[in-house]
Amino acid sequence: MLTVEEREEIDAKLADYPNTQAVAIEAMLIIQRRQGWVSDEKLRDLSEILRLSVANLDGVATFYNLIRRRPVGRHVALVCDSVSCWIMGSDRMRDHLCSKLGTPIGGTTSDGQFTLLPIVCLGACDHAPAMMIDGTLHEDLNEQKIEEILTQYT
Amino acid sequence: MSLPEYERAGGYQGLRKALTMQPADVTELIKRSNLRGRGGAGFPTGSKWSFVPMGKDAPHPKYLVANADEMEPGTFKDRALMERDPHQLIEGMIVAAYAIEADIAYIFLRGEYEWPNQCLSKAIAEAKASNYLGRNILGSGYSLEIHLHASAGRYICGEETALLNALEGKRAHPRTKPPFPQVCGLWGKPTIVQNVETLCNVHHIVNKGPDWFRRLSLTEDGGTKLFGVSGKVKRPGLWELPMGTPLREILEDHAGGMRDGLRFRGLLPGGASTDFLVEEHLDTPMDYGNVQKVGSRLGTGTMVVLDDQTCPVGMVWNLEHFFAQESCGWCTPCWSGLAWTEKILLAMEQGRGSARDLETLTFQTKFLAPGNTFCALAPGAVEPLQSALKYFAEDFRRHIDEHRCPWR
Ligand SMILES: Cc1cc2nc3c(=O)[nH]c(=O)nc-3n(C[C@H](O)[C@H](O)[C@H](O)COP(=O)(O)O)c2cc1C
Ligand code: SF4
Ligand code: FES
Repeated sequence: MLTVEEREEIDAKLADYPNTQAVAIEAMLIIQRRQGWVSDEKLRDLSEILRLSVANLDGVATFYNLIRRRPVGRHVALVCDSVSCWIMGSDRMRDHLCSKLGTPIGGTTSDGQFTLLPIVCLGACDHAPAMMIDGTLHEDLNEQKIEEILTQYT
Repeated sequence: MSLPEYERAGGYQGLRKALTMQPADVTELIKRSNLRGRGGAGFPTGSKWSFVPMGKDAPHPKYLVANADEMEPGTFKDRALMERDPHQLIEGMIVAAYAIEADIAYIFLRGEYEWPNQCLSKAIAEAKASNYLGRNILGSGYSLEIHLHASAGRYICGEETALLNALEGKRAHPRTKPPFPQVCGLWGKPTIVQNVETLCNVHHIVNKGPDWFRRLSLTEDGGTKLFGVSGKVKRPGLWELPMGTPLREILEDHAGGMRDGLRFRGLLPGGASTDFLVEEHLDTPMDYGNVQKVGSRLGTGTMVVLDDQTCPVGMVWNLEHFFAQESCGWCTPCWSGLAWTEKILLAMEQGRGSARDLETLTFQTKFLAPGNTFCALAPGAVEPLQSALKYFAEDFRRHIDEHRCPWR
């Protein structure tokens, strides 16, 4: 079941567009912002309010990088692997992060706290290497900084 | 910047002035200013607007879309504009929308840009409350709504026709042109898609005139430009400078030159999909025409610097990895060609390259050249590769001969 807040936020978006198809992507992101991912059940509920088939919504969902159809940990860290960050040593930062958390990129820690995902350039190239945790940008990463950041989330 | 701060700095004066003019005259001013699109391709903005059907018989609603997707690696200019001065974008959008008689505007914002999203949401609400937006703007009879749309992420969403499909809630495959979006865009209606930085110039031109704007530039292309530098320079950053500022000045005076102990080897002048420039190009004035003359593109104007301790083959592998991953899969040369290219470069980095690979890579740069694929993603993807093969040939050869990456 969609929650009341999800319904309200999606209804508000419907006013911005001429048809329901156009709201599909934002609606999935609205659900995801609260649940972390879009489950089959939520997708079915969404398909009813938008009057679009589940296959249509799933086809859209699988095209986009940011729509997740599988559960994630409590926090999601998006680690930039694009060119400026790469030059500034993002490989080393990624390895440090992975070994600190004990999970590879793409994985979730055993306590369910963190999921690590790769991301392309976050638009913070002048402060590379960068990563984003739950929408907050962390810039100029080094080993020490990564450890400080992790303590904020545990 | 909040609304009162923005107004104190002269904000919304351009809009007030535009509303006293005929829409077509606003477009004429933009044409005369020589403003060229800042999203990468550099198309003249005024000409683009003049293709939109105007007047009583024009189809409605017409749309204006701000392209705030910014997924090009190495590019970080639009984010800064939206975070620090969101009203500047909003004012530019209202003036541009007025010029093409648009009824509805969207900001197509990259999903990861959460802070810009909050800054823009607040600014839109402020603008509405002060009647710069909404019904009957400042009593002029003109009405406009701006909606903020968060994207779910794919590089191809930044391509203007793919963006239209994304806004319509579909998979973001590019569309065939013609018809051009100016005539048949969002939901089949006339639509202008314009980069954030481009739009941020529009109301200044109306306010201060096209001659003022042209004089800001050191060369033919009007105005100023946001230039950025990332990589191992002393002071990576972003600066607004006259269009045509020499590359050396940007690198040395503004970015502070290379970090101690490092030498400059080359740079991508405007994001991941531009050709490398090297030492011999350091005196190039940075504008559309002059960068093209030396074999590259101004692109987004945000440069990625390569130093002598970083492997050029590894750098190109990183770039092709991005493009292969972000290919939308619509046409075969691109999705299969880029995956192949990436694989070869990775093998080379890991010491498994052979002399024939160089031929294959060269073949790919021709095979994926403009005209052979459905959109500009693939041709853009091979720009850094083709120039790296030219300027860093020795580095590629060493990888093959030594069966390893010499930088590891
Ligand atoms: C693969 C691809 C990605 C693009 N991404 C962006 C982008 O993120 N932002 C942008 O403004 N233009 C992007 N463009 C260019 C747009 O297609 C279009 O030319 C631009 O938005 C027009 O605005 P302008 O005339 O103000 O530059 C991209 C083009 C391609 C081929
Ligand atoms: S060139 Fe690549 S990105 Fe463009 S349409 Fe073809 S597959 Fe899609
Ligand atoms: S390359 Fe990592 S933020 Fe731009």
